[in-house]
Amino acid sequence: MSTSLVTARGLTKKFGDFVAVDAIDFDVAKGESFGLLGPNGAGKSTTMRIVGATSQRTSGDLTILGMDPEKFGPQIRAHLGVVPQQDNLDMNLSVSENLYIYGRYFGLSRKYLKTKIEELLEFAQLEEKRDAKVESLSGGMKRRLTIARGLVSEPEILMLDEPTTGLDPQARHILWDRLFRLKEQGVTLIITTHFMDEAEQLCDRLIVMDKGKIMAEGSPALLIKEYSTKEVLEIRFGSERNSSMANQLREMCERIEELPDRILLYHEDGEVLLEQIYSAGLHPKTSLVRRSSLEDVFLRLTGRTLVD
Amino acid sequence: MITSTAVAIAEARRGKLGERVYSGRSRAIFERGYIAFKSATWMVIVSGFVEPVLYLFAFGYGLGKLIGNIDSGGVSIPYAAYIAPALLATSAMNGAIYDSTMNIFFKLNHDRIYHGMLATSLGPLDVALGEIGLALLRGFLYALSFMAIVVPLGLIPSVWGILAIPAAVLIAFGFASVGMALTTYMKSFQQLEIINIFMLPMFLFSGSFYPLSVFPSWLQFIIKVLPLSQAIHLVRGLTLGQINTALLGHAMYFLIMIAIGLFFTTKRLNALFMK
Amino acid sequence: MSTDNLRRGSLEIIDSKKIISRGSLYVAQARLTAMFKWIWMILAIAVANPVLYLLSIGVGVGAFIDKNAGPAGIDGVKYLTFLAPALLATSAIQGAIDESAFPTLEGFNWWKNFFGMNATPISGNQIATGVFLASFVRVVGTVVIYWFVMLAFGALESSKAWLAIPTAVMAGVAFGSITQAIAAQIKDDNIFFVIFNRFIVMPLFLFSGTFYPLSSMPVYLHWIGWISPLWHATELGRYLTYGHAMTRDMAIMHFAILLSLLVVGVTLSRRLFTKRLAK
Repeated sequence: MSTSLVTARGLTKKFGDFVAVDAIDFDVAKGESFGLLGPNGAGKSTTMRIVGATSQRTSGDLTILGMDPEKFGPQIRAHLGVVPQQDNLDMNLSVSENLYIYGRYFGLSRKYLKTKIEELLEFAQLEEKRDAKVESLSGGMKRRLTIARGLVSEPEILMLDEPTTGLDPQARHILWDRLFRLKEQGVTLIITTHFMDEAEQLCDRLIVMDKGKIMAEGSPALLIKEYSTKEVLEIRFGSERNSSMANQLREMCERIEELPDRILLYHEDGEVLLEQIYSAGLHPKTSLVRRSSLEDVFLRLTGRTLVD
Repeated sequence: MITSTAVAIAEARRGKLGERVYSGRSRAIFERGYIAFKSATWMVIVSGFVEPVLYLFAFGYGLGKLIGNIDSGGVSIPYAAYIAPALLATSAMNGAIYDSTMNIFFKLNHDRIYHGMLATSLGPLDVALGEIGLALLRGFLYALSFMAIVVPLGLIPSVWGILAIPAAVLIAFGFASVGMALTTYMKSFQQLEIINIFMLPMFLFSGSFYPLSVFPSWLQFIIKVLPLSQAIHLVRGLTLGQINTALLGHAMYFLIMIAIGLFFTTKRLNALFMK
Repeated sequence: MSTDNLRRGSLEIIDSKKIISRGSLYVAQARLTAMFKWIWMILAIAVANPVLYLLSIGVGVGAFIDKNAGPAGIDGVKYLTFLAPALLATSAIQGAIDESAFPTLEGFNWWKNFFGMNATPISGNQIATGVFLASFVRVVGTVVIYWFVMLAFGALESSKAWLAIPTAVMAGVAFGSITQAIAAQIKDDNIFFVIFNRFIVMPLFLFSGTFYPLSSMPVYLHWIGWISPLWHATELGRYLTYGHAMTRDMAIMHFAILLSLLVVGVTLSRRLFTKRLAK
């Protein structure tokens, strides 16, 4: 039985009348990689800020490393590395100065930081940029620097809010690789994302959030198994015919989702289903068989797509 | 469990007074200011000292020719010597107000630098004290360099004038703490403009350029209550060597301003930094 | 409605010839719309500024200067009358700087909306002209309000005083157009404002014969007046509002300098806008 680093019970955050986080329960175990998945505005970032001890909850219980953030904010934050959604690097400082001064905020000694900075620059693949102004870095470099900065105090938990939003595919893969290494070193990761592939790649376990509530919880594979079929067939008949065709197809599969531009058919074997459609004399303009993803789980749970 | 040094440092403060908002490390904010100053905006900071000097030459000497001497406390003194302390007090005010309003508001809402600081084991009071400390250091350096120009010009007739430097820091502290308290209630740059709208008339009518005696007595009373006029009288009393108990009153005025400003700033720290 | 219809419809609506001929007016309209959101703020400042300055410096400092100068006055008049035309031109310049520097930096650096405009048939020249026109409107408004406040203060003594309005406007937009050209070049605007204000605008404001005749400054500083639109407009303003002594040739020269600064500023900003957009 692993120890729980974060325990939330009935965690709630209100901004005036608006309930951003609505009485959620979750646990994060030591060494695991825990994900919060959901669309923009689901309450993920707010949850992250409360767990990061920089925002006060409205009600509910929360324990982080056995402490209540209300009472021991600085002590808890000393255990955390935070990578916010928007980079908040210090634009007036260079790359290495950013790492240095962030360490100083924790009270770390100059001697410790001297070697630590070298280590972090190497980790973030930014050795050649050490004296560069932050402004001149690419999006992916800034992100890696922000992560390196979060690691300066050797935190037990690294919290990443939408780590790869806005990055190109190559930069995303470099970043994922760095996060895998941290995971191997035993760092507990808490990650929010609205990318399915990211959640599937990085998270051992995740909660699916929508409108401040938890819709489902489990490992990516388990969630897919529970809320979707093994495969999905995506077909298009052209924007004006999709809905009329959907009615004819309903009987052929376990579940059907009709999106504005395409129809999703849920079935254990997509190719077999496609055969059936052709033999019924129907001819979609395009067709694609793929494995179910968390996107399908989310669609099933909320009736909406994640990115809209 | 391996305890990293950051954790050990934070744990060492457990149970100490104000531990939830203060970690005793505002010097880290100070250090950041020093590094940032070295690399980026030195031109801006150096130029801040140019402003009162330009005013001194344009008004003190140019306008001084037309005005002649001015009567202050029964003594007739050259116009440049009359306005020099006013310019020192005004620049202390302007610098402190800029640092505590615009500058903080920008770092808070656009740079998001404070978000990064507060994700560490620093508390909001560390940040506030560090920023005020930086503003005061800057005010001190400006006052020092201004004096380095006006003393050789013979504009500081009294040795008491040396106290104008700490007085300028006191004035800056008063304005900075009240300015920061006001900033905690501001929601947009437009609201910050309100402060500037208040500052211009205060600058123009607080007796920088001529004695308040030209105004009707009711207006004199209002102006005397305003902080800039208090500041000018304090500094002018010192540079001209016109020492009396009224100066203590002016100094008290700023101590009270500091107390009120810090009280509200501390009270609103969470609203300011931890939205 | 199918998408084909949508597309055909828009082709009929967009009249590219009209855009090409009136592009700068559209840009000016956009700027003025943005300005009108702050109209009460702008008006309040436009009224409060002259009232406060004329009271504080004109009347307040004036009381001491007039006492010292005796019946001869400054340049033959009360200090208030002497100072007012300089402040009139200053307010024109300040308004023009606001409406040139901010929109230009916004358009190129902050919101980059000039690049968006440029993706339509509107050209770089037209954007530059549009920004200039909007600033022109603001300057005229500011100067007219200032002029009436001067009138209320009794600072206008000549029947030609109304002509000080166009000369002040000209100084304003000349300075504004040059500011616009400089701002179009700026990439790092962090320090631009501070440097521009403290090393260009403020010295020109303080040493252009604004508060006392240029002749009372040491000779080696007179060049500041000669390069400053403020001084030329102030001299003309003093001639027009109270009959400050001036030869016809000098008057023509002041006017010619303002006009050439204006032409240079507008030409340069049009060219630099186009260049920056094409980059």
